[in-house]
Amino acid sequence: MEATSLPAASTAPPSPIWRELLGNYGLPWAVILGIVGYIVGHWVGVRITVDVQAQVETDQNDVAIFLGMIFAIFGWLGGLGFFSYPISRMLGRPPSHSEREDHGPWRYLRLCTDHKVVGIQYLVAVIFFFFVAGFNAMMIRSELTSANATLVNAGNYLTLVGLHGTMMLMMMSAGVLGPLGNYLVPLMIGSRRMAFPRIEALTLWLTVLAGFILLSAILLGGFPTGWTGYAPLADQARGGIDAYLVSFFLIGLALILVGTNVLTTVITMRAPGMTWNRIPIFVWGLAATSVLAVLAAPVLAAAIIMVGLDRTVDTSFFQAPEGGSPFLWDNLFWFFGHPEVYILALPGFGIVLEILPVFARKPLWGYRLAVAGMSGVALMSFMVWQHHLFVSGINANLRPFYMFTTELISIPTGVIFLNGMGTLWRARIRYTVPMLFALSFFFNFLIGGLSGVFLSDVPSDVTTHGSYFVMAHFHYTIMGGLVFALMGGVYYWVPKMTGWKLNEALGKLHFWTMFVFFNLTFFPLFAAGLLGMPRRVTNYNASLHTLNVFVSIMAFCLGASMLIFLVNLVWSLVFKREPAGANPWESKGLEWMVPSPPPVHNFDSIPVIAGLPYTYGMPDAPAVASLGPPRVAVPEGGAA
Amino acid sequence: MARRVALTGSVAIVLIAAVLFYLLDFLFTAPPAISAVISGGEAHLTLQTVPSYGHAPDPDWVSYLAKDQDGHWVHTTIYKVPAHTLVTVTVYQYDTATGLRNPFLGQVRGTVGGVATYNGKVLSVLDPNDASHTFTVPDLGISVALPGVNNNAPNQCSAAPCPLSEAHTTITFSFMSPGPGTYRWQCFVPCAAGFYLGNGGPMQTLGWMDGEIEVT
Amino acid sequence: MSAVAHDAGGPGEPRHGVRIATIWAVATAVCVPLMIWVVGPHIPPYNGSLQTKEQHDVNVTLASLAVPILLMIWVYFGYSIAVFRQRGTVIVDGPPDTGEPRIQVLWVAVTSVLVLGLAIYGTIGLLGASKGAGGGQGPNPLVKPENANKILQVQVIGQQWLWTYRFPQYGGVETPNLELPVNEWVAFNVTSLDVIHSFWAYELGVKADAVPGSNNIAYAKPLRLESFQVRCAELCGIWHGHMNMVGQVVTKAQFASWIASQDRKYAGVTKYLPPYAPYYYPVPLRRG
Repeated sequence: MEATSLPAASTAPPSPIWRELLGNYGLPWAVILGIVGYIVGHWVGVRITVDVQAQVETDQNDVAIFLGMIFAIFGWLGGLGFFSYPISRMLGRPPSHSEREDHGPWRYLRLCTDHKVVGIQYLVAVIFFFFVAGFNAMMIRSELTSANATLVNAGNYLTLVGLHGTMMLMMMSAGVLGPLGNYLVPLMIGSRRMAFPRIEALTLWLTVLAGFILLSAILLGGFPTGWTGYAPLADQARGGIDAYLVSFFLIGLALILVGTNVLTTVITMRAPGMTWNRIPIFVWGLAATSVLAVLAAPVLAAAIIMVGLDRTVDTSFFQAPEGGSPFLWDNLFWFFGHPEVYILALPGFGIVLEILPVFARKPLWGYRLAVAGMSGVALMSFMVWQHHLFVSGINANLRPFYMFTTELISIPTGVIFLNGMGTLWRARIRYTVPMLFALSFFFNFLIGGLSGVFLSDVPSDVTTHGSYFVMAHFHYTIMGGLVFALMGGVYYWVPKMTGWKLNEALGKLHFWTMFVFFNLTFFPLFAAGLLGMPRRVTNYNASLHTLNVFVSIMAFCLGASMLIFLVNLVWSLVFKREPAGANPWESKGLEWMVPSPPPVHNFDSIPVIAGLPYTYGMPDAPAVASLGPPRVAVPEGGAA
Repeated sequence: MARRVALTGSVAIVLIAAVLFYLLDFLFTAPPAISAVISGGEAHLTLQTVPSYGHAPDPDWVSYLAKDQDGHWVHTTIYKVPAHTLVTVTVYQYDTATGLRNPFLGQVRGTVGGVATYNGKVLSVLDPNDASHTFTVPDLGISVALPGVNNNAPNQCSAAPCPLSEAHTTITFSFMSPGPGTYRWQCFVPCAAGFYLGNGGPMQTLGWMDGEIEVT
Repeated sequence: MSAVAHDAGGPGEPRHGVRIATIWAVATAVCVPLMIWVVGPHIPPYNGSLQTKEQHDVNVTLASLAVPILLMIWVYFGYSIAVFRQRGTVIVDGPPDTGEPRIQVLWVAVTSVLVLGLAIYGTIGLLGASKGAGGGQGPNPLVKPENANKILQVQVIGQQWLWTYRFPQYGGVETPNLELPVNEWVAFNVTSLDVIHSFWAYELGVKADAVPGSNNIAYAKPLRLESFQVRCAELCGIWHGHMNMVGQVVTKAQFASWIASQDRKYAGVTKYLPPYAPYYYPVPLRRG
């Protein structure tokens, strides 16, 4: 039987497009009601502040903007149908809206509680916003080809920088947790669903909304603070910063919710036989990430509310002349900000350690050590945040302590390398595209991590803080680490999610161009920082001109390599659609034992887990789980 | 198949249109540049500062305006002057005083003779409390504080461009323009009403209280 | 399902561990001296001040330590990628190693010792002769040069978007230019009038955030007669990247005559300045 992309289609006649778009809750109504909500909220805000001097003088009404956005959030959620279930239950009526639709491409534009649909929606959203942020990066590099003259005017340049940074960070925080986490965690632990399916859908739609609200900053005058939103400047900024604050708040909320969801699922919904030391390392990585998300994001949310209050009702949390302190924002933000970067990095570790055994054909070496390493990183990430503030005027007694804790965190981080090295020892490596990305992770993250050791040493940090050295460091760890791992994960799991293969040749071209140009773009930036170039500037020393032009050209090539990825996705998934089968990579993971894509209910009967999914080289080991007899006939290549 | 091509194509067109809108309508927008009037080997710039711009949909902020070569007031802060020339700047100042945040900037710097003429009086330092705006080019060391009109003066200007019949102070000064390049200039009085510390909004937007001098 | 059982590796199997270790040892023996003596001297920052010398030494030491680690990972991975490959098209499994506790313990122990050593080294550098390595130490510095209150005090005032400097020992004169005497300790008292800036004197190796309502003290001792770039290292608004100026390190005599000339030049405005204080809250305080 020919493998199709979607489970059995409905037998009803297809509705006309306009009815599908507007006759049901979904994205079109969300957009419409969101805009209506903004208009209503803005009007209410203007009415209630009609004689507040500051709002009138500045010609931008922050109260109105915030109220407008809050109403817009409710409009958006209402348009998607999030209120229909609670309201009908409160009224004692049976729920009218079928959320677990199992057919039709239109469900991707709606509230769907099938975790697999949410995973794919997340993947599309993350990739879309990744390209938006990446485009902003291309514009930044265009501006930096000249040391003085400006292509983009100086005020708009800061908005560019802020949009690039904020959008990347917002999207990549849930970049693995959202798409791959939601899709794969139930499949990997033998469950039919996540613990809170409706909240799962909520986090997706809040993330998409946050992305659009951030983009709306363009219409509100832009924002000058970059992604770190430093407070006295944030208090002073135009209306665009309100968009930044609301969108980052929504992401914080989404992080808390997705973390809670993943943790609860992993703790309570594991299949029988899945003890704690049989959980796949990818799931461990996401669990550690979730702990960080749940504990750190609330601090960000609180800090954002404080800036919002400063801007609307004239509080002085961060205003020194009135008794507040800019150091408060510094600390609140970085208390969140440091765990945030581990929220970004840990899923990358999980993906790489999950992929490596499959293509090295060896078990994961040092599984318990890997788990300990990830847990150690998660725990210690709360104890290092002052290293962002070494020269800020913090109490000088603290500096040696934070230097020590920051250096200490490199121990659990380094453990990942030992796992990789052990897994590759006397392996039988297959150089598929996912494996190439997983291997390049080690190369990139090593450079990123070692540069972090330089930054953790205070004397060295004095020159490199706030310079392009830091930029190079975090691009190596986050882009070289997380994004490369995410690419590997996408190439690895998309055949499972869609049932179609991604083109291997295009994938290899994408990998090699991305890897080469990534390194050529960011390695010179270490030098730029050491030679005195601060971050977020359009104006730099003329002696650095050649270096910047070179980096910009390499960055354009890197952008082109990402376009190859886009072409691969569109070509393979929209046009070519070559069937992948249940287990194209010959993996021993549980998710590969079900058809591609999995049926709506994931497993016909809940599997019984027999061990870790890394039994390569053990011909007598049983399969990772026994799936029981299938209820319906499955296509060839399905459950073993 | 045809449907997929159509769908992919229309998504691509929408995205490209969005990108173009972003670039042309936001990123690459900048105030127009006006050239100083050249006469007898010298350049002349005539500027005015207004307390509220008064033309919706633009915000109603304080702003600088400049007179172009045809004698029209243009809402811009980008000026073109020739290199190595004596540039004489005349500013008609219509706004009331806010006072300087850093009183040091009351010192006139970088002008010919280190002085500026305020309503006919030649001064080298302006009382910082009288300052309404400044014209400062940090990279060239040029700074002239501009005094405000009296708060109780009758006939104050309400919308740009302001005519000479309304209350104003007149300031003139000259400086030698340097070699070719682009030099940023700004106002140093925190005159952005309603913004925290008076430094937001117009103080951070090209075309209002910040600008560039393009020396060619 | 895996196609063929793993290849246990017979007596003909080469001794990979020995090979990798040898390649690594040779590479390290070549590259570490290269780093210390050839590349190292070129790593910024250079010898402009006692502080940059300390920073430079730290950078060279860290780089020299990083080289063996980098090489170990590169050699190991490179060797594995080249040698431990699947030959042919049949998928074969490798040996079923799941871990070796002794190696894991050794790795964690070695990395812990390295890290501890680095932390101690960094602390010594920070608290040693460079007196804080040029970084801002806040209003109560932990390490100060001798006679800290007799050395030259320069107050660095960051404002949107200009650096000005006040000299409390010279009548509180304020100037937008900066000259410093060579071979003399100077204390930078960095503060801001509005938002957070960061005073970065590149060739002097000084960086201290300018925070409103706070005095951030950094110490430096310039060693060469050269100009130094001052840039802002914390995003502060539209002209953050243009908040640059060039300072000059001059002889003691030249400094004395310079500061006297600044005194004369700005005498007219000095009387309007507020009395010298560690930080200021100038009006307008709140909104415009």
